[in-house]
Amino acid sequence: MSFGFELAISILLVIGGIFIFVGSFGLLRLPDFYTRLHAPTKATTVGLGSILLCSMLTAYATEGRFSISELLITLFLVITAPVVAHMLAKVAMHHKVRMFAKTKHTELVDTARMQQPPASDSSSKLDS
Amino acid sequence: MTRIFPQPFHTLLLTAVWLLLNNSMSLGHILLGLILGIVIPIVCQPLRIPQPKIAKPFKLIPYVLVVLKDVIIANIEVAILVLGPVKRIQPGFIAYPLTLKDDLPITLLASTITMTPGTCSCELTEDKQFLYIHVLDMPADEQSLIDYIKVHYEGRVKEIFGC
Amino acid sequence: MLDYAILFVSGVLSIALVMNLCRLLLGPNAPDRILALDTMCINSIALILVYGMHSGSPLYFEAALLIAMLGFVSSVAFAKYRLRGDIIE
Repeated sequence: MSFGFELAISILLVIGGIFIFVGSFGLLRLPDFYTRLHAPTKATTVGLGSILLCSMLTAYATEGRFSISELLITLFLVITAPVVAHMLAKVAMHHKVRMFAKTKHTELVDTARMQQPPASDSSSKLDS
Repeated sequence: MTRIFPQPFHTLLLTAVWLLLNNSMSLGHILLGLILGIVIPIVCQPLRIPQPKIAKPFKLIPYVLVVLKDVIIANIEVAILVLGPVKRIQPGFIAYPLTLKDDLPITLLASTITMTPGTCSCELTEDKQFLYIHVLDMPADEQSLIDYIKVHYEGRVKEIFGC
Repeated sequence: MLDYAILFVSGVLSIALVMNLCRLLLGPNAPDRILALDTMCINSIALILVYGMHSGSPLYFEAALLIAMLGFVSSVAFAKYRLRGDIIE
């Protein structure tokens, strides 16, 4: 395989690895559950997508077989990652997980737990 | 026709997934995939919950491209926030007033919101009027965020489903 | 060069898995632990794929697909259990 192609694959692979690392680092570092939820669902999905793309290109370059089946994992993860995030946010609301002190509009969680619309004062503030 | 193909889109999707799974385009796999794609929707027909039809399937392509671009930008933004000082993070909740009514469009919108810049959909109210969203980096002006979602995502989803 | 990139990414992914394990052990609440488990699933898929690239075998893809599906189902099952164990329906 040519040098430029190998360089491109290597860079893409390293970028994917770094995104996954940032996602896991965010999981360890951020202050409360709701902010932690953001890091893995986004960074890890894109990092894995980039590594899957690399895997496809390497299979094509080294063996000449066009392996498109990696797309299936990417598609599956893009569909399922938001579902897991949504379910976990629901669980956290029902358990009244502790929130970061600076969080704005914490009163919305109380109505969200009951699946009710926001109380009139805050909704009028947001709708106006 | 509708008895053999209750859901033509699902038939195509199942065949494509079967071919991807086996990573081959041979005639045998195409035939087997088509048989599975025809039989599975017929067997699953009684389980189906009626959903609105996709009115303009070609509008999905620009939507996917816009979301893909936003996902990449979102990741760089989230990475900067995660690696930067914790003091700079300003999380918050907002209630987003929905104008969509059906389940499938709301699911598509909620998934898109979760995948894009610093927002994560948390809970839907019982009457499907509000979507609670957790925002990682709350801007000073909350209305601008609601307007951004309304114009960029909800408007396009509405166009796709034609409602 | 690709070999070095694979080596580097394997190292980074291993560190990421250790950090997830820390969150799994530290996690003050059940949702944190479920999230850590889900992230561990995704990271191990990445590690398996990188190993598959190193060995040049297409077989690892199947293992990765299985872990992806089982990871999703188990996370949703955990979340559902925590949701219903508390609220009487």
